[in-house]
Amino acid sequence: MPLVLYAKERGALRIVAVDAHAAALGLAPGLALADARARFPRLFSAEGDPHADARLLERLALFCDRFSPLVAVDGEAGLLLDVTGCAHLFGGEAALLKDVRRRLQGFGLAVEAALAATPEAAHVLSRFRSGAIAAPGEEGGLVRPLPLAALELSGETALALARAGLKTVGQVADRTPSELVARFGAELTRRLGRVLGEEDIRISPLRPAPEVIAERHLAEPLLETEALVSLLARLAGEIALCLERRGEGGRRFEASFYRTDGLVRRIPLETSRPSRDAAMLIRLYRERLDALSDPLEAGFGFDAVRLSVLRAEKLENVQPSLDGHAVEEADMAALVDRLIARFGAERVLRLAFADTHDPRRVAVALPAVSAAREKPVLWPEPEAGEPPLRPLQLFDPPQAIETLAEVPDGPPLRFRWRKVLHTIARAEGPERIAPEWWREDARALPRDYYRIEDLEGRRFWVFREGLAGEMEGLPRWYLHGLFA
Amino acid sequence: MNAEIISSLRREIARLEKAPVASLPPGNLEAPSAPRASARGQAGGAERVALGPVDLDRRLGGGLARGTVHEVRAGRPADGTAAAGFALGAALRLAPRRPLLWVRQDFLDAETGGLYAPGLAEFGCDPARLVLVRVRDGAAALRAGLDGARSPALGAMLLAFWGEPKAFDLSASRRLSLAAEASGVSVLLLRLAAEPAPSAAETRWRVEASPSRALEAGAPGPPAFTVTLERQRGGMNGGPWHMEWNRERDCFEERSVEPALSRPVVPVPLDRPVPRPPAGQAWRRAG
Repeated sequence: MPLVLYAKERGALRIVAVDAHAAALGLAPGLALADARARFPRLFSAEGDPHADARLLERLALFCDRFSPLVAVDGEAGLLLDVTGCAHLFGGEAALLKDVRRRLQGFGLAVEAALAATPEAAHVLSRFRSGAIAAPGEEGGLVRPLPLAALELSGETALALARAGLKTVGQVADRTPSELVARFGAELTRRLGRVLGEEDIRISPLRPAPEVIAERHLAEPLLETEALVSLLARLAGEIALCLERRGEGGRRFEASFYRTDGLVRRIPLETSRPSRDAAMLIRLYRERLDALSDPLEAGFGFDAVRLSVLRAEKLENVQPSLDGHAVEEADMAALVDRLIARFGAERVLRLAFADTHDPRRVAVALPAVSAAREKPVLWPEPEAGEPPLRPLQLFDPPQAIETLAEVPDGPPLRFRWRKVLHTIARAEGPERIAPEWWREDARALPRDYYRIEDLEGRRFWVFREGLAGEMEGLPRWYLHGLFA
Repeated sequence: MNAEIISSLRREIARLEKAPVASLPPGNLEAPSAPRASARGQAGGAERVALGPVDLDRRLGGGLARGTVHEVRAGRPADGTAAAGFALGAALRLAPRRPLLWVRQDFLDAETGGLYAPGLAEFGCDPARLVLVRVRDGAAALRAGLDGARSPALGAMLLAFWGEPKAFDLSASRRLSLAAEASGVSVLLLRLAAEPAPSAAETRWRVEASPSRALEAGAPGPPAFTVTLERQRGGMNGGPWHMEWNRERDCFEERSVEPALSRPVVPVPLDRPVPRPPAGQAWRRAG
């Protein structure tokens, strides 16, 4: 049964895509759905979903990552792969093209593919001369005989060229550029130059290009995680050699496992300092894989594995200094990396000082990985002879308490927190902390903080929001922290 | 290989150089309550660090042993912060100026509040020394704890979790203690809402909050604890001791308990002359 997809266009349902069967019957995009139904009552139609198409295309682009790290989405139904330096891994350009088509056809897709020296030449060839492989400098010869439609010009320009009697790309290219520019603007000549492979442009890949890559394509898919890890170890060895030659160490790594059914599993890893120690990298990956909440599901197996270095930094071979400071730092970095591999970067933290008077914002917990890069900021020294004026543990958000306190600005005499009544024996305050009006709501109230201690010796940090008499109703009290 | 040799030599040198100095609180060495002894205890020859109170250190045979596991239990449910303060103080005594690792279960943030860096600084622990690991549950806390206990980079590690996770059995605590012995990391197990259970820890303490020394104008004083030594391997139990944390000297000090009274409800009248501060003492700054 012929299948067409339609979309609503200016109030009418029009066909936007047809399958091979429908195309053979003479249906084409642009036709009104009602006309098509009148001609073929048994037509099967469905509404097109451009968002789902885009999602599918993106997934395919990520799948095509296996052929080259530089993959870009091209229009609504195209992918551009920069395969510079990749073809030999697949046994030559022809074999690469065949492999691309075979794998994508395996998903039930109709695939047209071509290979050329510039993206636009390849784009045009794939649509009009599927399967073509243009040797460097030969694009012109292949593109010239193509019809004008290959230039994908706007309706007016295309019509004007057709009226001038120009029917192929070659005929247009034979005109002098000045003629074309004078009549149609510079856009046409630029387009011509690119399609003919005379001018090159860069594609903008979906994912940033890695610094170093090592990968293996397997004849037989691997199922065992252990086998995958040992393969990864070999790749790590290759990467280490490459990084050593460059005098660099990796900070961000990514292992990609390509499943035969098209799913790509990527597992990132970040180290707190540049590293090219293959054994350590594998230890970290082992822990990372153990800690995955959704383990590596092999399905029908993985048939390609890639390890890439996404970011590399300078790393010189240094001799450990004798005072041991460098060794301790290296040990610490190794511990942090191990913990990050196991629990994730957002769970291994360093406490950094933010220069503000607001007690809620003065301390920021930064991932230990990024904190290591920053300059350490010294914490203000506490004043000698004073007890700790800030609590060891802080509630976020502060907890509401019921309080009996002197008005307008006395410390609490008694308060109830978590159903327990605390009677206050000692108190100090208030310490007034005004809100940062340049940050938050101007109506935020100043807070009066008290350090208090109950009869049993527990010390609390409580505050009153606002003052009685200066606001409607009674001020509210909160417990903000606990002292040791 | 080389790194291992160097790090073991380095630890040896650090032990020879730092240990006797570091185990004494800086300054005030002539004060009667100042801990003096850094003796080699009987338990496996582990180096001991005096906590401060003379009687307590004598009971410990010279002090708390480095490179072992010490369990600190909150006495009452609300004493979690006091227990954390005691454990942090002990960690600062055991590993002066060395990196610290604090492993905390997420649930503790809701129960006792999150670790607050200015408070750490005010307690006498530079937050820059600390790496904080947040874990979801007790089992994860133990895994992180094992990683930490094996790392020679650390001076001490605090391992805080709630209740009695299934994963924390005798063999888990034995593993932890073996790792600590091998690496020299002192481990403080901070346990909230936990009943005493058999473990391989060197000592077990029960900590409760204790009324602090009142400062001028009835202000709360420095952190004060009532600690009981519930169990000691190859030693006697003891306590309770009342002590407070001295930030300037980085040690605990024994002190007598004053009866805490509730605050006077009637404020000091405003029309009377302001009382002078006692000679040689300044009024405390407020706020």
